Amino acid sequence: MKKAPRHILPGFGLTLGISLFFVSLIILLPLSGLFWQMGQLGLSDYWRILSSERTLAAFHITLSAAAMATLFNASFGLLLAWVLVRYNFRGKRILDALIDLPFALPTAVAGIALVALYDKNGWMGTLLAQADLKVAYTWWGIALAMTFTSVPFGVRTVQPVMESLDLDAEEAAQTLGAKDFQIFRTIVFPQLWPSFITGASLAFARSLGEFGAVIFIAGNMPFKTEIASLLIMIRLEEYDYPAASAIAGSLLLLALLVLILANFAQMRASRHLKKGA
Amino acid sequence: MKKNFLAAIATSFILASPLSSHAEEPAEILNVSYDIARELYATINPQFIAHWKEKTGKDIKIKQSHAGSSKQARAIMQGLKADLVTFNQVLDVQILADRGGFVAKDWQKTLANNASPYFSLPAFLVRKDNPKAIKDWNDLIRDDVKLVFPNPKTSGNARYTYLAAYAYALETNNNDDAKAREFVGKLLNNVAVFDTGGRGATTSFVEREIGDVLITFEAEVENIRAKYGKDDYVRVVPSISLLAEFPVAVVEKVAKKRGSLDVSKAYLDYIYSQEGQEIVASFNNRVHHPQVKAKYADKFPDVRLIRVEDVFGGWQQAKDTHFKEGGTLDQVFTKK
Amino acid sequence: MTRQQTAPASQRPHPAIARLKRQRRNKQRGLIAIALLFAFFVMGLPVLAIFARAFQEGLGIYWANIIHPETLHAIGLTVLTALIVLPINLVFGICAAWAITRYTFPGRRALITIIELPFSISPIVAGLCYLLIYGATGLVGEWLDTYDIQLMFNLIGIILVSLFVTCPFVARELIPLMEIKGRDEEEAALTLGANGWQTFRYITLPNIKWALLYGTILANARVMGEFGAVSVVSGNIRGETMTLPLQVQLLYDDYNATGAFAAATVLTLIALLTLIARSVIESAHPHHH
Repeated sequence: MKKAPRHILPGFGLTLGISLFFVSLIILLPLSGLFWQMGQLGLSDYWRILSSERTLAAFHITLSAAAMATLFNASFGLLLAWVLVRYNFRGKRILDALIDLPFALPTAVAGIALVALYDKNGWMGTLLAQADLKVAYTWWGIALAMTFTSVPFGVRTVQPVMESLDLDAEEAAQTLGAKDFQIFRTIVFPQLWPSFITGASLAFARSLGEFGAVIFIAGNMPFKTEIASLLIMIRLEEYDYPAASAIAGSLLLLALLVLILANFAQMRASRHLKKGA
Repeated sequence: MKKNFLAAIATSFILASPLSSHAEEPAEILNVSYDIARELYATINPQFIAHWKEKTGKDIKIKQSHAGSSKQARAIMQGLKADLVTFNQVLDVQILADRGGFVAKDWQKTLANNASPYFSLPAFLVRKDNPKAIKDWNDLIRDDVKLVFPNPKTSGNARYTYLAAYAYALETNNNDDAKAREFVGKLLNNVAVFDTGGRGATTSFVEREIGDVLITFEAEVENIRAKYGKDDYVRVVPSISLLAEFPVAVVEKVAKKRGSLDVSKAYLDYIYSQEGQEIVASFNNRVHHPQVKAKYADKFPDVRLIRVEDVFGGWQQAKDTHFKEGGTLDQVFTKK
Repeated sequence: MTRQQTAPASQRPHPAIARLKRQRRNKQRGLIAIALLFAFFVMGLPVLAIFARAFQEGLGIYWANIIHPETLHAIGLTVLTALIVLPINLVFGICAAWAITRYTFPGRRALITIIELPFSISPIVAGLCYLLIYGATGLVGEWLDTYDIQLMFNLIGIILVSLFVTCPFVARELIPLMEIKGRDEEEAALTLGANGWQTFRYITLPNIKWALLYGTILANARVMGEFGAVSVVSGNIRGETMTLPLQVQLLYDDYNATGAFAAATVLTLIALLTLIARSVIESAHPHHH
């Protein structure tokens, strides 16, 4: 960042003051409450809560379903972004607009809509039942709800980068007789990689914490379809704030860790990209 | 300028707060209640308002808040200004007495029947013509039966179900604790879906057509039949069940400050009155009032009700043994 | 109607080239079909399901559910919340973006990260945090309680958590844009004698107005739709602190599934309007994502 004379533009004190005031009151102070509660636990309590079979199972279910949703969204996100950037077709604008639906639609509404769709009387449920597949009240239901809520991340992070890609290299490769997939793998994807990572990690972090949409379709059976956020609720019902905070805090740290790692990977990838260019 | 701006924000916050003022004579009170009592109190409130007007000449407005009763108790401790509570869990009122003195220490003695104006019991709802021939608790552990009831960890309703099944198993197995554990373990493994609350479980059973048996309060069983068709669903009352009390209390800490002590007490008394008990019974709750009880006698089949105090040593002990993290409930619900 | 934008300049087609083109077109069609199918199954169907269920018992019942006083009150409360939250967010977003993009100061990077934090926090946990701090037994709430100031279980609580979940939206849109635009124009205006406010009003604002609107629209959708965090701090008082998403759940729990889906259609319409508005802004001013 270039060193700039600080006093030319006015309003530094005012704007930073308001920002800091707001950030402290609305974000930092409430979050400190979580860690304050966690602080009331000894390390051994903390370990006992997190290492119990039930908690581990819930984390396993949450993480694996989130991973599945991320996998799904990352690959389809790539496809959707590709189709939106490279092709023209009827209904393109509708498709483009629809991508953001999961952000705009309240998660609870998404939850009841998904369960109405996939239970055994729902449109999809009846269809899948013929193939002897069950989505509602299974692990797949959790993954589905998480997929729904994190669709935009996969598309929207990759899309702008794809728009700004230089087409010369692709065309050159084409004239040299490279196959489409080859071009995509060796020329296009490496450039998308940093944003791809960002999108996937955002989708993953979002999926970890999702509650509203998941709870209706999950079935909530311990060891089978119980997600970590539900365990937080359960600890709250027991008036056990520290334990609830411990699980919530771990979930939060996990999400942050993923984001930080992604940030790191992204930085490395773009540095690599610059070097290569 | 910054200061002014912040002051403006703060002022607007305070002005916007509807509950920050402390009126001398409140024109309204807040009844904080459990999640499935909406229709009941929506019926009682207008009657009480007329009764209060007649008695004192004053107008009163009653606001309702409904959610799971543990969540409600937590909200009150965190500052929800409730004048009175009508819960479905003794422990949720007790915690208000124990933590912060929101209700009187001896709240259970201030009103008749342990401060529970009405009661119910876990009963079964089965589908048309009872296709699986469910009669009693032991039918529920059969391999071909799928159950729906909410998660005992998040729903008070389901804690009654769990304890009722446990009490039944103890009684039929000469108080053999190991056998009783095995019994509830099988029962829990027959559960098709765990919802977080009683109404969610009903939706799963009725609208999503999951499971063969829904276990919930008898009152709720009848309400569901009234709503979804008396012919399509059958009520089954088991031979033994657990007394489910619906405790009420004035939140004195709040009511004293707001000057609503009298009206809040009058409200609770009204639930005990003949008129109040009539309404309560019309929603299929069992009542104590002799005349009302006689009037609705044929509506409620005889059932032997076990008290938590008799088998489990009281609610606090039941909670510590069974529902606490790592308690019996967690132990029997092991990974298969 | 498919056509590749990147096709090389056209020439008279050789049969082999025509075949290649056909193959390419088929491939395109296949990809487009997969994308559309995915979008339809994952996002289109749930929306259709909501409307189908809401109108299942006829238009009359649907309308009766919408104009029920409690549902109307919930709509009103939701709109009121948005009207209070959005301006505050707007001011904060502009201030934060201005401070972050126009100056260098220690902790600048950290501030950006903190602003984005609410995106990765589960709403239930966010609500819990607020209770732990601003509730009557919380660190700050206990002190406020002695002055009879209550922040949770009323409109203020709903507003506070709504501010939390939406605070990244505006700032996030503005920061990259203002970074790209740089501060040269503003500095020029200042040297020409404009004061700070004039500079902002006539130089900065025209540059960022679309991003501002875009961020506000997204924030609006989130405010109106927030469920988890609001449900923790609302107190669930009927006809008083029930926002529309809470009302949906309440109706659902009241064995009034049709009413719940009717209320849900209002939220879905808000969501769809948001998407349309976004799309319109995007096509008018295509260069920001």
